[in-house]
Amino acid sequence: MRTPLFILIQFAVALALYLVLRFFGNDYLFFAGYTVLQFIVLATAWNILGGYCGYVNFGSAGFFAIGAYTSVCLFTIGQAPEDVFPAAILPAMQWIFPLPVPVIIVCSGIMAGLVGLGTGYLTLRLRGVFFAIATLALAVVLQTLVVNWSFVGGSRGAYVIPANTVPVFGPYIQYLFALMLLLTIVALTSARLIERSSLGVGFATIRDDELAAEACGVPTLKLKLIATVLSGALMGMAGAPFPFYIGYTEPGSVFDLGYAVNAIAMPMIGGTTSWAGPLIGAILLGTLQQIATVTISSAANLLLVGLLLIGFVIVAPTGVVGLWQSWFGKGAKR
Amino acid sequence: MDFTLLMNAVIAGLLLGAFYAAVTAGISISFGMLDVVNIAHPAFIILGSYIAYIVNTHFGLDPIVVSIIALPAFYALGAAVYQIFYISFEKRGQDSLRGLAFFFGLLFVTEVFLVLTFGVDYRSVDAAYIGASLRFGIIELPYRLLVPAVVSLAMFAGLQIFLGRTFIGRAVMAVSQDPLALRLMAVDPTRIKRIAFAISIATASLAGAFLIIIQPVIPSVGRDYIGRIFAICVLGGLGSLPGTLIAALLLGVIESITSTFYGPSWAPAVSFGILLLTLAIRPSGLFGR
Repeated sequence: MRTPLFILIQFAVALALYLVLRFFGNDYLFFAGYTVLQFIVLATAWNILGGYCGYVNFGSAGFFAIGAYTSVCLFTIGQAPEDVFPAAILPAMQWIFPLPVPVIIVCSGIMAGLVGLGTGYLTLRLRGVFFAIATLALAVVLQTLVVNWSFVGGSRGAYVIPANTVPVFGPYIQYLFALMLLLTIVALTSARLIERSSLGVGFATIRDDELAAEACGVPTLKLKLIATVLSGALMGMAGAPFPFYIGYTEPGSVFDLGYAVNAIAMPMIGGTTSWAGPLIGAILLGTLQQIATVTISSAANLLLVGLLLIGFVIVAPTGVVGLWQSWFGKGAKR
Repeated sequence: MDFTLLMNAVIAGLLLGAFYAAVTAGISISFGMLDVVNIAHPAFIILGSYIAYIVNTHFGLDPIVVSIIALPAFYALGAAVYQIFYISFEKRGQDSLRGLAFFFGLLFVTEVFLVLTFGVDYRSVDAAYIGASLRFGIIELPYRLLVPAVVSLAMFAGLQIFLGRTFIGRAVMAVSQDPLALRLMAVDPTRIKRIAFAISIATASLAGAFLIIIQPVIPSVGRDYIGRIFAICVLGGLGSLPGTLIAALLLGVIESITSTFYGPSWAPAVSFGILLLTLAIRPSGLFGR
């Protein structure tokens, strides 16, 4: 399938989904759908580095939080620019702020990408394990910084109350949902493009045998940095609308280990070698968690995710996509 | 800078460092010597804390005594975990990515299990020495830090003697360097690795008891220790116990000074900064070649 057709199909599916949910007219469906879409973006982002290159990122919650807190920061500035900027540049800033949500999302992506670049540059020259450990610790440190940073609310948290309704979309949640749909399309399209380009081939050589790749002249460090930046930026973008979604942002909920676990579990369960894996994993686990949260409890559903992750890596290391391929032969989509 | 405050911060840091050494000992063995990246180690430590807590509140037994009694159980747990890890990942030769995900899942499941069982309240233990302190002029040594530090150093000495003097201990050191040579000596590398990994988990029982003596524990506190123990392990030069001890003392002092003079909320950032700096400048650690 060619890329323009692929994008067209995604837009058609997205539009159909939006219209169907709108037809039911129940805002809860948008709230639940938003969470699932957010996980699709997170899982796809994780998979660009984890699945294609074989480098594990345990700090998804950290990157997600960078996005969320960039967004809180920009929103807070937008509420009262006169408190932040000196008088000289105030008129210009008042013209710029408050920023619309899509611009905030892009800024968050840039911030998270930069942090990814920094962490990657310091640790990716070593064995992959060190990168994994560094990302795990990164989340803890970012949380320390945010807790000590009173401008974005510190440990008390911050309120981000958007307008009630938006023109065209109606309720604010529907607007956020549409943005998330767009972000999902961006994430899936870039993952698929990477997979089919020379970049994806380079990534695969790193995953299979980094030493051999290096010896053959593959610029491994550069490729790994590209993957880290892309993956981090997408995670940041997934986190950017979160403060608007939740209304009240506090470090504990944004740095929740649940994001890190889900970002790993979804691609692992779906299958890590193609863009379809994280998508399938995120839809399966995301929906399951929504149902479990409503019917059982939110702690129990996290236990479920952890157990499924352990079970899948032991029993079915190739995930749902791999199982599908081995059952139905090569006819299945690559 | 107040001299008394500084002296006390340094002393408390040294005691804290001795405790960090106990926390890191297991990782030094599993990650440093066996190359098994057990990021679930902090979860086992918290498990140790909760076992000490349960027995202490129900029977009033000293937490350290409890942890010594629990050593065989932790040893068995460690052997079982290694067996699963070996069959599922090492044997198939795909231990890097999925092995990491496995241990991460283990970390998370243990934490959620503890949350579901005990809730998210802080738990602490009772012992005669908690709260009292020893005084030498201006220097104050709280027993709450002193007792774990002393037992921890004893444990460290025991491990060092075991690894350096006994046959199995030397085999553990050898398995990280050359499993094939070990095989030629008619020793099964898998068995040696299983024993070593089980010992590393057994240290978590003691470390858990120390932890709950030093501070109240909630299930998520283990995460704060991940950056710390890996920072110490890397700084100490992966798999060298004396190196680990020195690195732990160093980190303890730096953290203690930071939290005395800049506030305890900044302490978690210290270990990460040290970890990143070490990885960037000197990945072989302080004493590496």
